[in-house]
Amino acid sequence: MIKFAPQLINLFATLILLLSFAMISQRRIVTLINLFMIQGAALVAASFLLGYFTHQPDLYVSGVLTMVLKVIFIPWMLHRVIRKLNVRWDVETLFNVPTTMLIGIGLVIFSFSLALPISRLSDSIAGGSLGIALACVFLSFMMMITRSKAVPQVIGFLSMENGLIFAATTVTNGMPMIVEFGIALDVLVGVLILGVFMFQIREKFDNLDIHNLEALRED
Amino acid sequence: MSILGVLSQLLALVLALLLAPLLTGWVNQWRARLQNKSAPGLLQPYRMLHKLFNKDSVMAEHASPLYRTAPYVIFSCMLLASAIIPTISTDLPLSPAADAIALVGLFGLARVFISLAAMDVGTAFGSMGARREMLVGFLAEPALLMVLFCASMITRSTSLTVIVETLAHRDLAIYPSMLLAGVAFTMVSLAENARVPVDNPETHLELTMIHESMILEYSARHLALLEWAASLKLFAYSCVGLALFFPWGVAEANSPLALFLALPVLIFKLAIGGFLLALIETLSAKMRIFRVPEFLGTAFLIAVIGLLVNVLLGVG
Repeated sequence: MIKFAPQLINLFATLILLLSFAMISQRRIVTLINLFMIQGAALVAASFLLGYFTHQPDLYVSGVLTMVLKVIFIPWMLHRVIRKLNVRWDVETLFNVPTTMLIGIGLVIFSFSLALPISRLSDSIAGGSLGIALACVFLSFMMMITRSKAVPQVIGFLSMENGLIFAATTVTNGMPMIVEFGIALDVLVGVLILGVFMFQIREKFDNLDIHNLEALRED
Repeated sequence: MSILGVLSQLLALVLALLLAPLLTGWVNQWRARLQNKSAPGLLQPYRMLHKLFNKDSVMAEHASPLYRTAPYVIFSCMLLASAIIPTISTDLPLSPAADAIALVGLFGLARVFISLAAMDVGTAFGSMGARREMLVGFLAEPALLMVLFCASMITRSTSLTVIVETLAHRDLAIYPSMLLAGVAFTMVSLAENARVPVDNPETHLELTMIHESMILEYSARHLALLEWAASLKLFAYSCVGLALFFPWGVAEANSPLALFLALPVLIFKLAIGGFLLALIETLSAKMRIFRVPEFLGTAFLIAVIGLLVNVLLGVG
């Protein structure tokens, strides 16, 4: 069974990367939230597997934390927010989708070549997936840049955090518990604040297009 | 070339010819069931072929010889394609003649001929369908090649039989890149076989159809050959998918017993594959034609990421 451990974790890493790509090409907000939820679930599975194979109970706690927060609570809250804001419309992207995807491929190549020398130094069983985790971070970062609506940007931020957690988990076999809790709390508070922001933006400008925030007005 | 090799090659050809309409019938039956319609019989495609072969062919007045020969060329392309794909045995004498790249070339040749024939009689629908077919084709081909290269990178060969032998006999291993390749392959085969998100095989709404509009002018034996070729193409694609992603159960050289065991395994795998195809077709909605390049571009890029993941994880 231990022979399959790196392969299984790499499989989940690839799934997370695939979901990142699905997210940058997804136009609908509802589907976007569901994709984010599945990505969280893949992350949970990867944490549990890594915890099982390296005999680190810490990783189970981290997995449960991710599950409660990113598979259950945050998607539920986002669904509630878009229902309240009445924004189940199509998401527009700045570039057209093929261009975005091509840039995404470029980012993947960049992060893979960046991670190859680093992962050789790592003695973790899933060190190879550092490149994939890095690519997820870059892709979510790009999603935040290309999207003009507030909700997809928040999802991009959260998915970037998924990538970061995954990178930390695979390379170091889990961070200290206190750091995990800190990050979880940060994300929770971040999402709550961003939720409030969304309502504020909507109240001020009647839509969630954050380009409205670029114009300065004195009155 | 052994006697057994020739025998298994012949068996593979006959199987492809016989099973292909059955697979189409199976998919159609499940599609109807999932959509709460009363399902046609499993043998409906055979009855259709029988009916068409017994009719008199009607030709357009200005049809050129190209129009007459195209169905035969397309049919033989598909037959040859199914001959080099390992379905029940990897001991195929024809297989060294054509590898995975040539297989894509064969599909390409058939596509060129069906498009030329569609434009030959000069009807509006034919030309429109041909143009759309080329649009779909030129995007699907590179994606299919990338999927095949993904498997080639793992097995270090472009020959389909070697790929199957290597994948089936190596210690069980999980290749993350094959997950990506599998997703890309599913998207490509939906597009290439005129299935729902891209094209509707049963539609008679002129503005949405691609494949049907190209064969609109054909009748009788020519139409029968084209229908049979379409079934063979679906069969060939399913078998490529099974060969790449579920290669277990295919018989090797010099084992006549395994040959008989391989047949039920193949039918079982095809039955599940056909059901899943019907499920995908029922669950998804037909997309606008201008979304198709995006869909296939995504398939291509996913396959490319599969290749990159191979490099990153140092497979092969």
